[in-house]
Amino acid sequence: QTVRQIAGLALRRESNALKDSVLKSAGGALAPAAGGASFSSSSRAAGSMTVRDALNSALDEEMERDEDVFILGEEVAEYQGAYKITRGLLQKYGAKRVKDTPITEIGFTGIACGAAMQGLKPVVEFMTWNFSMQAIDHIINSAAKSYYMSAGEIKCPIVFRGPNGAAAGVAAQHSQCFAAWYSSVPGLKVLAPYDSEDARGLMKAAIRDPDPVVMLENEILYGESFEVSPAVEDKDFTVPIGKAKVMREGSDVTLVSFGKMVGYCLEAAKALEKEGVSVEVVNLRTLRPLDRETIASSVRKTHKVVSVEEGWPQSGIGAEILSVVSEDCFDDLDAPPERITGVDIPMPYSHQLEAAALPSVEDIVSVVKGMA
Amino acid sequence: HIVLYHRIIAMYTSATSIRAMACPRQRSSMRGEESSMRAQVAPLHQPRLSRTPVVIRSSKKVQASAQPASKGASASSASSAPKSTPKISAEEARELYRDMFLGREFEEMCAQMYYRGKMFGFVHLYSGQEAVSTGVIKACLKKHDFVSSTYRDHVHAISKGVSSKKVMAELFGKKTGVCRGQGGSMHMFDKEHGLLGGYAFIGEGIPVGVGAAFTSAYTRRVLGEEDHDAVAVNFFGDGTCNVGQFYESLNMASLYKLPVIFVVENNKWAIGMSHARATSTSSLADSEPWIYKKGEAFGMPGVHVDGMDVLKVREVAMEAVARARRGDGPTLIECETYRFRGHSLADPDELRDPKEKEHYASRDPIPRMKEYMLKNGLATEAEIKEIEKDVVAEVEDAVEFADESPKPDMSQLLENVFADPKGFGIGPDGQYRYMQPGFTSGTAAVS
Repeated sequence: QTVRQIAGLALRRESNALKDSVLKSAGGALAPAAGGASFSSSSRAAGSMTVRDALNSALDEEMERDEDVFILGEEVAEYQGAYKITRGLLQKYGAKRVKDTPITEIGFTGIACGAAMQGLKPVVEFMTWNFSMQAIDHIINSAAKSYYMSAGEIKCPIVFRGPNGAAAGVAAQHSQCFAAWYSSVPGLKVLAPYDSEDARGLMKAAIRDPDPVVMLENEILYGESFEVSPAVEDKDFTVPIGKAKVMREGSDVTLVSFGKMVGYCLEAAKALEKEGVSVEVVNLRTLRPLDRETIASSVRKTHKVVSVEEGWPQSGIGAEILSVVSEDCFDDLDAPPERITGVDIPMPYSHQLEAAALPSVEDIVSVVKGMA
Repeated sequence: HIVLYHRIIAMYTSATSIRAMACPRQRSSMRGEESSMRAQVAPLHQPRLSRTPVVIRSSKKVQASAQPASKGASASSASSAPKSTPKISAEEARELYRDMFLGREFEEMCAQMYYRGKMFGFVHLYSGQEAVSTGVIKACLKKHDFVSSTYRDHVHAISKGVSSKKVMAELFGKKTGVCRGQGGSMHMFDKEHGLLGGYAFIGEGIPVGVGAAFTSAYTRRVLGEEDHDAVAVNFFGDGTCNVGQFYESLNMASLYKLPVIFVVENNKWAIGMSHARATSTSSLADSEPWIYKKGEAFGMPGVHVDGMDVLKVREVAMEAVARARRGDGPTLIECETYRFRGHSLADPDELRDPKEKEHYASRDPIPRMKEYMLKNGLATEAEIKEIEKDVVAEVEDAVEFADESPKPDMSQLLENVFADPKGFGIGPDGQYRYMQPGFTSGTAAVS
C-alpha cells in the first residue's frame, strides 16, 4: 500500500518512518486507502483473499446485480469506509447508492428499515456493533418483528453489518460482543463469518435474503488473508444460512465456535494434535438459526464438547450451545460440556488486563486437556 | 429586569485576502447530485468577514455578577466596542497561556508515545482546540464544577486540574493512572475534580452532564442548600449535534432550567464527514448549518464565538457560567475551532484541504495569546520562555512517571465491577463469592 504522508501542523519531533510503520500495522483500522480507485486492489497470491476484500467484492457484486441494493452508514462513502470495507464503492456506484450519514444511528437505521419495508435492500453499516445500541430499537422492533406483526404484509430485507467484539486496546465501550443479544431475537438471522469464504458467501446470501440479517464481522480478521477456491470467486457464490461448517475433522473432542475464536480453536487443535488429542472444530457461521444437527452429529462422534466465545458468560452463545447439546445428544456425552468465554467484566484498557479478559489458545488447550 | 441575550459573532481581523482563498470543499467530482444542492450552501470553511455588528447588551445584573473566576480582572464593560474583551490580569493571562501550552505539549507528547508503542488503542488529540478548554474550564470553572466530554478528553482533564502525570499514566495503561489503567484514553473519570468522563459514544456524555447539573439544582431547590452553585459544562463536537440525545438534553435543560452549559467544539469535521455534509441549514432563512441557533429553538441563548481566541471564549464562558450560577438556566456556545491533527492517531486525514489547515494554523491560539501578552505588557519574552520551559519539564516528568509506574496487577481484573461485591453472587459453598480467598487475585475458581 502507498503510505500517505500525514498532514499535520505543529509536528515536531516524531519520525515519519515510525508513524508509517504503525499505520501499516494498525490492524486496518482507519487505514489509508490503497492508491487509485480500483476497489480490490490489494495484491494477493492467486487463490487467496483477505476478509476485507471478500466483503468488499461481495458488496460490489451484489450492488451490480441488483439496483435496489444501497449502502448507508458513517464514513462509508468519501472516507472509503472506517475499516475500508466499502473502499471504491462510492467511485463505482455514486453518492445515490453509497450514502454517508450524519452521526445519527437510530435515525438512519430507522430510515433504512422504512426503505426496506418499501422494497429497497439497504446494507446498513455500524462503525462498530457497539454503536448499534443507539439503534437497537429499530433493529428489533422495526426490522425483526414487522413481518410477524403484519402477518406477512411487510417484509424487511435489510442487512446490518459491522465489526463486533473486542479489538485491541479500545476499552469498555468499544469491545462488547453482541452475538448473544441479537441471536436471541426471533425474526432476525444472525451471521458470524470467520474466513474469507464465510465473509463472501454469507454477505451475498444475506443481501439476497428477504429477512433482516445481522452480520457480526470482526475487525481483527479484516486484514487476514485466507486461501479460497475458484468457486468462492464466482459471482453467485453463496454460503447457506443456517449451516455450520466442520473446519477440521477429529475424533476426541468437538470445539464449537464462531468468528475470530474459530481461528483460536484451529490453533489449539494443532497444539493438541501434537499431544495426541484429535480435535474437531465446528465453525458455526450462523448463530440464528443455530445448526443444531451439525453440533449434535459431531458430539455423537467425539463425545466431548467445548464451546468457545469471547463474549460474556452469562446468557451467552456458550450457554445456548450447552443447552442444545444437553437436549439433543446428552446420552452421547462422556463428560459435562464446557464453555470458554470472556471474563465477566467490562473490557479494561490496560494491555495485559485486556489479554487476561479474553480467551487465549492456551485456555482452550488446558480446558480440553482437563476433560480427558 | 429584562435580561438581554448576548450574541457575539466572531470577527476576523486577519488581513489576508480571505475571499480569494479557494473554497476548501469536498472534491465535487465525487458528489453527484449532492453538489448541485450544496451549491446553494455557502462553504463553512471560508472564514466569514465581519458582517453584522456585534451586539453586546447587558443589564446591571450581568455586569455585577460577571466577576471572573480568577482574581484581578475587572468586569466586562458592557457597551464597549466589539473587539475588546474583559480586562485580564497579568497573572491570569499567564495561567491561561500556561494551560494552553501544557495542553499542546501534552498532546504532542502523546503522539510521540503512541508511535513508540507506549500508548495503544484509539487516541484522539486536541491540538489546536486549546483555547476552548482553557477559555472555558481554566478561566471560569471551580473545582466543584463538572465537566463532561467525549473521547477527545485529555486536555479537558488537564484544564480541570487532573494531574498530567495521572493522565499520562492512564494513557500508558498503568496502575497509577487516573482510572487505574482500566479506562484508557477515551474514558477519563475523576471524582475529585468533577470530571464525569470520557465517553466513546459521542452524545452520550451530554445527558450525563445535564444530570450533574440536575443534581446541583436539586441540591439547591430540594435539599435547600442555597449556596450550592455548581455548574456542569458539556464538551462535544459538530458531529454530535446530529445525535438525538443532544436535542433531548437541550430540551430538558431548558425545561428544568438547569445550570448547564453546552460547548460545541465545531472543528468542522467528524472523522471524514464535514459539518456541511452532515447537517442541514439551521433555519429557513439560513444558508449555513449554524449550531448556536439551535439554542434559541429550545429557549436558551445560543452564542457563536471564535474558538481560536482564548480571550473571546473566556468572555462568553464567563457570562454563561454566571447565568448558570444565578439559576437562569442553560446556554449553548458554539466555538469555531480546528483540530490540527487527524481525528485520531490512526486517521490518515486525507480529506481535509491543506489550505484549510494552513488557514487555521495561522490562527493558532497559543502564539496569538503570546502576542497579546507581549503587546499588552502582561508578560515578557523571558517570562514566557520560563513558562514554556516549566511546561516541557512537567510533560517530561509525566512521561517518566508513567513509564516507571507499575502495570495493573491481575487482581484488578475483578475489582470495581460492583460497588457492592455481593453482586458476584453466591458460590457453590453457599458463601458470597467475593469472600472466597483469592477471588480478586484471579486465582479463585469462578464458576
